[in-house]
Amino acid sequence: MNEKWKRLSGIFLTFLKMGPLTFGGGYALIPAIEKEVVDGKRWLRSEEIADVFAVSGSVPGAVAVNSATFIGYRIAGVPGAIAALLGIVLPTFCVMAILTVFYVQLKDNPKIESAFTAIRATVVALIAYSAIKIGRTAIVDFATGALAVIAALLLFFGHLHPLLVIVIGAAAGVAIVKIREFRGRTPTEKTPKPQENEPVYDYMI
Amino acid sequence: MLIQLFVTFFLVGLVSFGGGYAMIPLIQEEVLNRHQWMSADQLSDIVAVAGMAPGPIATNIAVAVGHHQAGWLGATVAPIAVVLPSLILILAVGKVFQRLRDHSLMKSSFYGLRPVVAGMIAYAAVTFAQNAGMFGRLSWFAWSQIGIFAGSLIALFFLHKHPVSVIVLSGLVGIALYS
Repeated sequence: MNEKWKRLSGIFLTFLKMGPLTFGGGYALIPAIEKEVVDGKRWLRSEEIADVFAVSGSVPGAVAVNSATFIGYRIAGVPGAIAALLGIVLPTFCVMAILTVFYVQLKDNPKIESAFTAIRATVVALIAYSAIKIGRTAIVDFATGALAVIAALLLFFGHLHPLLVIVIGAAAGVAIVKIREFRGRTPTEKTPKPQENEPVYDYMI
Repeated sequence: MLIQLFVTFFLVGLVSFGGGYAMIPLIQEEVLNRHQWMSADQLSDIVAVAGMAPGPIATNIAVAVGHHQAGWLGATVAPIAVVLPSLILILAVGKVFQRLRDHSLMKSSFYGLRPVVAGMIAYAAVTFAQNAGMFGRLSWFAWSQIGIFAGSLIALFFLHKHPVSVIVLSGLVGIALYS
């Protein structure tokens, strides 16, 4: 029992130390995780860690958080997963809580108000930048370009719920690939490999 | 309220495929249109604050929106709801996911899903731009906001500046221009 708790607290503390590193982007964290888990603690072998990162990039959510959870799970099952998740999320949570308190306290200050007026334009740039980054890896041919435009138009003029648009997108992807197969084109020809798309997530965390 | 917060951010966590800002359209729809928890200005400010903290944007936004709606309990419940779908998925399909990922149906749905996410984020950028006053009558204010937007985008895209430094610099420009 004591041994088990020791192991869980080890997992928790390892990822707790990495939490502040998530400032550099999810993929900045990956070499750090790899070094600590493979070379430092020797919890996993390097082939295993490659699998972990591949899976973490395909599950919804932040890649660093997913990787931590999955590594925790591999080492010590469900309790390990939870210990790792808490470890990596806790520092972020604390910083965000402090910033939230600052924001609530200061938001009515006229100087802060004018700062945020300008920052609203910067937020637009941040969002547009992320659209460009994802678009560059996602839009690989005419069909995907059309899907991106249609999605934006459906939201803007059709006022569809974003969830519905996501479902339509996935269904359209399946349909397009099926039609291509039917017309005798190989489906892999235009379907990008998931590995190539992983940089998409580097802005995630 | 806590249940609504939980359900909303659970959904956000479930569909946050493909990037930190990918779930902004969904958060916008749920927080602004459906529940009307806050104004568009407030949400924009929260996105900015979330961008200044380390860690995933979605979790950070959940902390701030949760705090706004239900105090510290909300600030705890909402981020838990965001990470829960990933946790459940990893625990449930972690072992078989490697095979699933290479499955052709999975690949082709991602093929359609990714560009749609890009389109959705572009839409979110347009609505945030409207709110920031960029499409108003072409006043001095609208032009200044467009200038800050263009400057920020250049700093991020061409100069590869870190988002936090761009946000802080923009805030200083705002103090100089608007107060």
